Amino acid sequence: MSVLVPAPAASGRTMKIQIENFSLQYQDGTETLRNINLEIVANAVTVLFGPAGGGKSSLLRCLNRLNDLADVQNRSGRILLDGQDIFDPKADVIGLRRKVGMVFARPVVLPMSIRQNLTYGLELAGENRKSRLDEAISRSLKQAALWEEVHDRLDDPAIALSGGQQQRLCLARSLALQPDVILLDEPTSGLDPISTGKVEASLQELKKDYTIILVPHSVQQAARTADYAAFFLQGELIEFGDGKTLFTTPKQKKTEDYITGRFG
Amino acid sequence: MEKNLSLGEFIITRLVKASGYSAIVFVTLIFYFLLREGLPTLGEVELENLLSTRWYPIESYFGILPLISGSLIVTIGAALIAVPFGLGTAIFIAEIAPRWAREILKPLVELLGGLPSVVLGFLGILVLSPNLRILLNLPTGLTAFTGSLLLGAIAVPTVVSIAEDALDSVPRSYRDAALALGATRWQTIWRVTLPAARSGVLTAIMLGVGRAIGETMTVMMVTGNAPVLATSLSALFSPVRTMTATIAAEMGEVASGSIHYHTLFFIGMVLFIISLAVNITASSVVFRQKKRAERVLS
Repeated sequence: MSVLVPAPAASGRTMKIQIENFSLQYQDGTETLRNINLEIVANAVTVLFGPAGGGKSSLLRCLNRLNDLADVQNRSGRILLDGQDIFDPKADVIGLRRKVGMVFARPVVLPMSIRQNLTYGLELAGENRKSRLDEAISRSLKQAALWEEVHDRLDDPAIALSGGQQQRLCLARSLALQPDVILLDEPTSGLDPISTGKVEASLQELKKDYTIILVPHSVQQAARTADYAAFFLQGELIEFGDGKTLFTTPKQKKTEDYITGRFG
Repeated sequence: MEKNLSLGEFIITRLVKASGYSAIVFVTLIFYFLLREGLPTLGEVELENLLSTRWYPIESYFGILPLISGSLIVTIGAALIAVPFGLGTAIFIAEIAPRWAREILKPLVELLGGLPSVVLGFLGILVLSPNLRILLNLPTGLTAFTGSLLLGAIAVPTVVSIAEDALDSVPRSYRDAALALGATRWQTIWRVTLPAARSGVLTAIMLGVGRAIGETMTVMMVTGNAPVLATSLSALFSPVRTMTATIAAEMGEVASGSIHYHTLFFIGMVLFIISLAVNITASSVVFRQKKRAERVLS
């Protein structure tokens, strides 16, 4: 295996998302993202890490346009998904969100049964054939490594699951829609090490079929999971490169200081 | 020093306890007084008379059914107006309106809630009822429908204010989760936010309806005060008389201790029981949901 060169020079790999000169400003005057250029490779785990307030979550929420509802003052630059500008006024936001799934820091199970949680997105999309729904349930639960634990009690209320199971249910819920891209915003911040391990292991499986963008909850997790890693500090992208290189021989002083624990 | 502290503590706990108990005592006293003044009616007026359809106290006709039907028809009408409008406004303010509009609308609605009902009644007599009479071609504009419209207007601010608070307290993460799954804004509101705020929304509806049942001044001014039993839907467009209006209008002129006097208190009892039933139903629904959620969480 040749060493992967940092994008954009990474040839031979498909680019899933291209972020070009992207800046974002909130209404209260805080600037969260300054001139970000980033290319996300398909079928790999790209990790966005750095101290809090760096703009990682803001960027994540732009990728499925969940930030549309926030008090955004100014936005410039482009984000291309499969070559299409997602902020194009003619773009289909709902379709985009079905294509770009998201898992949040705290598991948000909807107040219904496990089955309903899984089929919710599909039903919203107008799918009501039972065979399709059942197929989606078993496929997504298996992909999220939850099938063994819940397959015999799908009609129990989802809120009765443990925290780790709830988070994997949320992952399964977005997988049920068969998205192209999965965004994960500190998905394991509230989980015990065993559940965290299960989520991380399923990510490594999932990247065969999906493009994964992860905001990890620790530098260690970033180092464990990253195929590609981007270090964010106060709204700026400091360094971007393939995971192994970035965590062993960072080029920037700030990156090195952060991953070795001198600040953060 | 320590003794002083514990003495202060002692006094404060006792004071809090005393004010807590006094609320119970006062309600009990009110209830006792109501029973003492109202129950004699059952001995003085035959049940047949009480359940007849004629309310004409001077001739000893004490049929309270027209009054109950009047109250019900006006209240149901008001609820049919207040609930959709109130919930719609609450959803608009909480979920759809931009921030600046929200900051204007919320205090404005709460200000409307403080409008004295006599002012609304005045507007009802002068503006609403003449226009309704012409518009609907009625013999008089003072009808149950007029009362319903005004009571609806009185209940709307209550419904909006409480329902908006309930919707607002639904965690943003629920909305984000639904949106991230590709739900439209409307699907998110209808299938996630509203169900999650269910108990608060129910409370809002019940308090709004409670406000409408108990309202006196406006209905007295605009419903025409004719104690006629409602037998068909057309009663909505003819004058009615409510329980509250009857008590308010007649209590001042009645001889203390007379049969008429006791009957008015009896009407008060009926009113009390109706609003108690509404409240118990509402809180048991809310309570049952909470119990289920707690059971599931444990």
